[in-house]
Amino acid sequence: MPESAIRFTDVTKIFRRPDGHGDFVAVDRLSFEIARGEIVAVLGKTGCGKSTMFNIVAGLVEPSSGEAKVIGHDPFRDFDFFRGKIGIVFQNDRLMPWRSALDNVLLGLQILETDPKRAEDIARSWLKRLGLAGHENDYPHALSGGMRQRVSIARAFAVDPEILLCDEPFSSLDEMTAQDLRAEFVRLVRQNNKTAVFITHQINEAMEIGDRVLVFHRPARIAYEAKLGTAVTEDARRTVNENILRVLAVEDPRQVS
Amino acid sequence: MTNSRTTRALQAAAGMIVLAAGWQILSMVSPHYLFPPVPEIISRTIEILITGSLLIDVLLTAGRIFGGLFGAFILGAILAMILGQSKTAENFIAPVLTFFQGIPALSWVVFAIIWFHGIEFRVLFIMVMTTLPAFTFQILDAFRSMSKDLFEMTMAFRPSRWALFRFLIVPTITPGILTAWKVNLGNAARVVVVAELVGATGGVGYQLLRQQQLFDMAGAMAWTLQLVLFVLVVQQTIAAIENWALRYRAVSERAM
Repeated sequence: MPESAIRFTDVTKIFRRPDGHGDFVAVDRLSFEIARGEIVAVLGKTGCGKSTMFNIVAGLVEPSSGEAKVIGHDPFRDFDFFRGKIGIVFQNDRLMPWRSALDNVLLGLQILETDPKRAEDIARSWLKRLGLAGHENDYPHALSGGMRQRVSIARAFAVDPEILLCDEPFSSLDEMTAQDLRAEFVRLVRQNNKTAVFITHQINEAMEIGDRVLVFHRPARIAYEAKLGTAVTEDARRTVNENILRVLAVEDPRQVS
Repeated sequence: MTNSRTTRALQAAAGMIVLAAGWQILSMVSPHYLFPPVPEIISRTIEILITGSLLIDVLLTAGRIFGGLFGAFILGAILAMILGQSKTAENFIAPVLTFFQGIPALSWVVFAIIWFHGIEFRVLFIMVMTTLPAFTFQILDAFRSMSKDLFEMTMAFRPSRWALFRFLIVPTITPGILTAWKVNLGNAARVVVVAELVGATGGVGYQLLRQQQLFDMAGAMAWTLQLVLFVLVVQQTIAAIENWALRYRAVSERAM
């Protein structure tokens, strides 16, 4: 078994409610492991704590209890260790409106203080690979939703991260564009041998992308886990699909046998 | 209707022409020492601009305005960054700045005359004290309006403090800084005249005081126009910088 890229052990995250009255449990004793080079799709209903788990892996949120390790380090406390090691594609593109497409892709490389000439070559090549050659100098407002999301994917890949985190990156796009980008994304992840965590609320998307699917219940806790892959038969995939539907349909995951 | 740059310039010019025409009519029916004719005012205005000894007073005032604004901007930016990052600092400093905002410019002039001897330091002090709160609050507002999404996205790359400041904070607060300069420029032009009127031996304010003593309305208008022209030129320069710095913004073809 290869070394874990991500390991959660009984991770709990409790937020104070915005009105100050009481607490809200977003993640409840969550435990899982993701191996290096694996693509894991995390599936769950809206508000089930997927994004909180995502933010914990990204080092943007600290767990209230339990242990989160990414490449053997605490992503929140060892914040600087992860410079250039994690690439993130968010739900919305999060492009800086004052930067052109090229400059947006350059952002991570500039933060990593990559040689400017080399950084520009890398950024241009990623834009080209994602079909955006000729749009290097366009500002985000001049690009379509799909093109903007392509720029954000290029920005994440450009720093050559070990781990890619994607938080429903194609949910705001039309199905045709989303399908194209999904296929492109999986191809790039496999080609570049990355570990990827892909959050989604669409079963089809999860099964299309993941080597493994983790289904979360609310608050975030694993309700169901299924290994997928090219060797799995159509029947097996159908069974997995039905199980996921059952898990998502019931209120309490322990009711699923 | 096409709202082109030329149309807008013509509309602005038309307003000024109507104002000048109204003044000229008044000069025809009133004594010239109250309403001097427009050609005389223009001639006196040009005379100031081409006479070195008079132009120095205009440049002196311009230098004081820039000096005061620059000082207030630097201090205001530092204070805004401190206030933006520390609630305790905000609780401590913000009420003081609000208190300063309530003090009339003329009071600062009196305080400066009592406290300091040097004319230039007095003017600088007055300029900084009257524009500092506005600079601080405007830059603080711009800092606070920073997108949480962009902040998290940038932090995901683990930037150094300098990189965060350079790549995210500066571009975020730039529109606020430019607005602050535009707003404070007008205020500063008014305050510097009051400061020079009371406590200086040179500058547009000092010259206005002289015209009042000589009962020379054409001179008073000509010196006032120097200041107006200066503010217009600087406003246009800031607008040009703004257009360049904010060129990334989408512009709708349909005017409101």
